[in-house]
Amino acid sequence: MTLSRETTMSRAISFGFLVQIILIMNSFIMLYPVVVMVFSAFKTTAQIFDHPFAVPDFTQVQNFSRVLGETSMPTYFMNSILVTGTSIVLILVLGTMAGYAIARYESRTNTFILLFFLAGLMLPLKLAVIPLFILLRDLHLLDSRWSLIVTYTAIGLPSAVFIMAGFLRSLPTELEDAARMDGASEPRIMWSVMLPLALPPMAIAAIQNAVPIWNDFFFPLVFIQTDSYKTLPQGLTTFMGEYTTDWGMLFAGLTIAAAPITLLYIALSRQFIQGMTAGAVK
Amino acid sequence: MPVSPKQARTLKHRSWVAFLVLPPIVFMSLFVVYPILSAFAYAFYEWRGLARGEFVGLANFREVLFGATMAPVVWNAFSHNVQTLIALMIIQNGGGFLLAWLLYKEPFGFRFHRVAVFVPVVLSTIIVGFLWKLFLNPNFGLVNQALLAVGLDFLARPWLGDSATALGALILANAWHFIGFPTLVYLAGMQRIPSDIIEAARLDGTSEWQLLKTIIWPLVAPSTTILFTLLFIGAFNWFEIPYVMAGLDGSPYGNTDVLGLVFYRTAFGNQSASIQNFGQGSALATLIFLFIVVFASMLTLWLRRREIQF
Repeated sequence: MTLSRETTMSRAISFGFLVQIILIMNSFIMLYPVVVMVFSAFKTTAQIFDHPFAVPDFTQVQNFSRVLGETSMPTYFMNSILVTGTSIVLILVLGTMAGYAIARYESRTNTFILLFFLAGLMLPLKLAVIPLFILLRDLHLLDSRWSLIVTYTAIGLPSAVFIMAGFLRSLPTELEDAARMDGASEPRIMWSVMLPLALPPMAIAAIQNAVPIWNDFFFPLVFIQTDSYKTLPQGLTTFMGEYTTDWGMLFAGLTIAAAPITLLYIALSRQFIQGMTAGAVK
Repeated sequence: MPVSPKQARTLKHRSWVAFLVLPPIVFMSLFVVYPILSAFAYAFYEWRGLARGEFVGLANFREVLFGATMAPVVWNAFSHNVQTLIALMIIQNGGGFLLAWLLYKEPFGFRFHRVAVFVPVVLSTIIVGFLWKLFLNPNFGLVNQALLAVGLDFLARPWLGDSATALGALILANAWHFIGFPTLVYLAGMQRIPSDIIEAARLDGTSEWQLLKTIIWPLVAPSTTILFTLLFIGAFNWFEIPYVMAGLDGSPYGNTDVLGLVFYRTAFGNQSASIQNFGQGSALATLIFLFIVVFASMLTLWLRRREIQF
């Protein structure tokens, strides 16, 4: 009796040990490349080649000052902020409008409207890039930041409609009815009564869309030619092509490009994880 | 005739609702529905640069599927997409499931590991591609340097230049980038399993392996459905990692060529041949699209059947 209990115990301990080893190894594999990227950004190319694993002298910041001073990286950065920010605002405004109408007003057309957006959720717009290219050219939006903003808004809108409609539908009608009794107009009810309650799902919709938009490379590659309109991922390919042999610069560029979203993720990991898996987790 | 108060109210109400739904619908119609419908139509025309020429029926489709120049390239790329899908199903989704199971037991430090596994997911694919391209450099890359440091230098090779390892290297880079996603989706799925089911099984003396096989795996079937469907769509849209790490031509010698690269080359040209063929490009896009829709729906329906409600 005691013997079997002991073997089960030691089994459980060795199993727990194995779990620890696997998880620690996995986290090492996930994080070490990022650590090497940051370390290498503080080294000269010769130091990277000779001592790839060494911890650098963190006061050597000339790679960073060169990336920020000599290259177009700051411009790419600003473009990414402008494009991502504007797209998210448009997605939230349009998505909340449609979601609110679907959720709070009974109508025979609601199912049809919902299906319409569902179709948008399923279709990969990437494969319609040729007609989109021609449409944007005809609208004189090609090779501008707006070409990206309208594309990203179109891609993100359906998911925002679903998140907003799903949440707004769950709110009780009492609040709305009370405001209606007091003679509040419909726009006023939406703006002052309902929307203040809908900030958490808006944050989810914003994060879910902001990360893929910030990181997207395909649409800028097709739509943007002018260097001063390029966003960070596309600009990065230009930058990497210019400094191919200067590895210190390459790693500094990658580090600067990766820094904002990584730091934001570390600060808001719960919201990021919730937002990015929102489409796949019920 | 004056409008009655009730009519005025409904009119006002209707215009308010219309004000809410029309802008999003118009926007979607213009930038999603219209381009997608046009994409099908464009495939039936001959194109000269950006100008649409004559209606040519199925000629573009014939060239893409059976033509002497296009077909070998397309089928070669397609086989790489299939290999990628199978490899990622095992490494990315399978590995994600195992990691989720380890995290589900909430061992020491699980909060840290949960955050760590998702770090690469938030990075841009472009950053991930360049990072691994530098790490896999034959002379100065981290991977070969590490092999040298531990005395395994006979294993060192030009990973991205060798036909035998190039596609595998891209697949592993992709798995490093995204394994956190299936891990956390599966973890959320496991955490939704009612704890009394697990406890009852434990009291019955079910072994850990039996528990995993007969209870956890079947009960996370909804997560499996969505993850495999997303991976399927992703594998046949694969573009960024091959573009950054192997180049537009899928070097070496087309060993990493995938449908996304073929589509981009056909539609928008490359440095060596700046020929744009929107007709064949549209035909290829239409075929990829139909393939994804048909097989992804079949896959979803098949996987849905094994889901259990609880």
